[in-house]
Amino acid sequence: MSSLTKLVGWIDARFPLTSNWKAHLSEYYAPKNFNFWYFFGSLALLVLVMQIITGIFLTMNYMPDASLNNSGVPVAFASVEYIMRDVPWGWLIRYMHSTGASAFFIVVYLHMMRGLMYGSYRKPRELLWIFGMLIYLALMAEAFMGYLLPWGQMSFWGAQVIINLFTAIPFVGPDISLWIRGDYVIGEATLNRFFAFHVIAVPLVLLGLVVAHVLALHEVGSNNPDGIEIKKNKDPVTHIPLDGIPFHPYYTVKDIVGVVVFLMVFSAIVFFAPDVGGYFLEANNFIPADPFKTPPHIAPVWYFTPFYAILRAVPPMFGSQFPGVVAMGVAVMILFFLPWLDRGNVKSIRYRGTVYKVWLGLFVISFIGLGVLGVLPVTPLYTIYSRIFSVIYFAFFFLMPWYTKIDKTKPEPARVTG
Amino acid sequence: MGFVNMNIIKKLLLLVLAAPVVAMANEGLHLDKAPVNLNDKASLQRGAKTFVNYCLSCHSASYMRYNRLQDIGLTNDQIKDNLMFAADKVGETMTVAMRSKEAKVWFGAVPPDLTVIARSRGADYLYTYLRGFYRDDTRPTGWNNTVFDKVGMPHVLFGQQGEQVLHVEKHGEHETSKLVLAKPGTMTAPEYDAMVADLVNYLVYMGEPAQQTRMRLGVFVLLFLGFFFVVAYYLKKEFWKDVH
Amino acid sequence: MSMSEVDRSKRRFLIAATTAVGGVAAVGAAIPFVMSMLPSERAKAAGAPVEVDISKIEPGMILNIEWQGKPVWVVNRTKEMLASLSKLDSMLVDPNSEVPQQPDYCKNPTRSIKPEYLVAVGICTHLGCSPTYRPEVSPPDLGPDWLGGFFCPCHGSRFDLAARVYKGVPAPTNLVIPKHKYLANGRLLVGDDSKGA
Repeated sequence: MSSLTKLVGWIDARFPLTSNWKAHLSEYYAPKNFNFWYFFGSLALLVLVMQIITGIFLTMNYMPDASLNNSGVPVAFASVEYIMRDVPWGWLIRYMHSTGASAFFIVVYLHMMRGLMYGSYRKPRELLWIFGMLIYLALMAEAFMGYLLPWGQMSFWGAQVIINLFTAIPFVGPDISLWIRGDYVIGEATLNRFFAFHVIAVPLVLLGLVVAHVLALHEVGSNNPDGIEIKKNKDPVTHIPLDGIPFHPYYTVKDIVGVVVFLMVFSAIVFFAPDVGGYFLEANNFIPADPFKTPPHIAPVWYFTPFYAILRAVPPMFGSQFPGVVAMGVAVMILFFLPWLDRGNVKSIRYRGTVYKVWLGLFVISFIGLGVLGVLPVTPLYTIYSRIFSVIYFAFFFLMPWYTKIDKTKPEPARVTG
Repeated sequence: MGFVNMNIIKKLLLLVLAAPVVAMANEGLHLDKAPVNLNDKASLQRGAKTFVNYCLSCHSASYMRYNRLQDIGLTNDQIKDNLMFAADKVGETMTVAMRSKEAKVWFGAVPPDLTVIARSRGADYLYTYLRGFYRDDTRPTGWNNTVFDKVGMPHVLFGQQGEQVLHVEKHGEHETSKLVLAKPGTMTAPEYDAMVADLVNYLVYMGEPAQQTRMRLGVFVLLFLGFFFVVAYYLKKEFWKDVH
Repeated sequence: MSMSEVDRSKRRFLIAATTAVGGVAAVGAAIPFVMSMLPSERAKAAGAPVEVDISKIEPGMILNIEWQGKPVWVVNRTKEMLASLSKLDSMLVDPNSEVPQQPDYCKNPTRSIKPEYLVAVGICTHLGCSPTYRPEVSPPDLGPDWLGGFFCPCHGSRFDLAARVYKGVPAPTNLVIPKHKYLANGRLLVGDDSKGA
């Protein structure tokens, strides 16, 4: 017996090392027909790890202090420029973190799109989808709080607008906003607590949820582009799904390629265009936060704009912006109910009829359209578009029990088609 | 991705990418293109000199260290001898003597720190701004600006550019305005434009001194990753021979 | 299924190649993070050598300056002070500066470059307090044998006017002499002893 085998044996007698390696990697059987859309789960994990590592190193030099230094500049803002100039390789760590934040959302949106297309949220994967949605919520909170930290004009005023949304809640709104801010205006108290949440609280929650997400997945097994359950066809002797292949080595090896391609795109951005035209690093955020000067055009970062557009599309009712806030909230929360809204008799879009495909297409166009409109200033024409897209967005969900039932589906195959 | 019509995707992409351009055009503000060239070290050095001589008396550049100017081809001694008036040590940052309270009283607003002004305003804006001052006796400083209406800053470089005035012409409902040189300065218009171009070039450099390093390193990283891709791809292809 | 035709050596090679390239990538990615923990430009600027104008220091007077966050003393020693140094050797732990608490060019009886100027880091080698300058001879609290020096109020350590530690006190070694040099303009530069300008 080699010494490595002996060592592993010693560990296995005290810790489920080999059993977990087998259960989750070398003997976890995944469908063999994963396509391009199946890269984004492992990529999301990669981005999470990158954000944590770059985040730790940024925390070594960043100072969550809103007070002004001797040059009249907020210390927090100055500490970011300190990282960009005085800390060896600080600029690289900063750009990786800012690009990583946007990359996280691109990857997660594509990951969710896969779920939508192939019915990955359907029974028995409802809990998997719920964990995923909780991760999405935590991610939005994490990004929102992280964005305040550079303490630029957009950081400050973006947070001001969003926290003020809570004041629209009837009766308790202003008190909730006061509690969130820790003060009557966004300032020192807010910055420090957002720092605590962003650096430790929400990352811990995210890590826990990701573990739960993967465990839920492995409990039922992965879905696939054909939407059929591979566990229905097992080898009579080995009980291994006939269309399954061990995750390791086949998908570890395939995911390495996915990672390298992702890193190429990621690096192209980090090294050649980290600002991405002002979408990843906004020009206005290079101006230190000034509570007395509101920028002419406040917009959230691109990944929040679809929901922002919905918020703005809803007109004030009874003198309150609250309906808009509710609409925005429902737009996110409705996603939780997807497993129960979908009454179709097939999972994957490959076997759905025209009705469903049209609705999904409309949803995608609306989501992207709302995202674009969320970046643009408010005009009467844009408001009309936002309202049309918002209606389609909500209709996709609320009408789903009806159109998925009447949809003329095609017969699902018994075995995967690749 | 058979189900989604690729044409729709292409049209969507065009819409998404064109949107910001459309939004910007609605601003109605024409900006001249700044001739930025960060590889022109001579231009950057001239710009640094202009900056230190004319801008640092009111504006700070508090994240920029003097010794960082070695990036643009100067030695520490050259920096100390030619560019340092307000500080002793070459490792110090470009802070300014004027305190913000006084500035507020004198100019109505605190002159902003200029270290990252090129990242917040953009090179074209700065280039147009520094060439867009004109005489305006309704203003306390006697100066106004085409891109920043009612600006609190006087025209610091009027000695070189001379004095411009704004000629407004009415064509029925339509109004056009033009800058005309009323009093010449020590430089001709092309000379002044070149001076401002150097200054803006320097401001772009100062906004992100690591720019050049970043792009050079990026080439190596992408080449390496390209190679890594080839190796990883062959590994994947070899293992997937097993799967039918 | 043609599992038997698996080219094992090709797989081993490709695994090794991918691992090697991946290893290079990991090291390459790790380097910026490790390097980022080195002193920043701000730390280096703050720790930069300090230029001191010593022309105004009267004989017998001390000038306190700060270098790298530490107090540094410059004492302009009188002829009497310098003469007293050799009388104390028997009372000192390390009269000849054997322990490397000073640059080589200060391993001499006066522990300095120029005999009259003592340049020393004012931090007691016991537990880090800053001793007081006691140039007077035989004051009541320090006794008749005191010929001038530094007295640390925290635990009673004593140092002479060459910053050498007395026997029988808590401090174990002489005070540190920082690297320094004299510039062409007569000023003292603390923290840098390189040749050339």
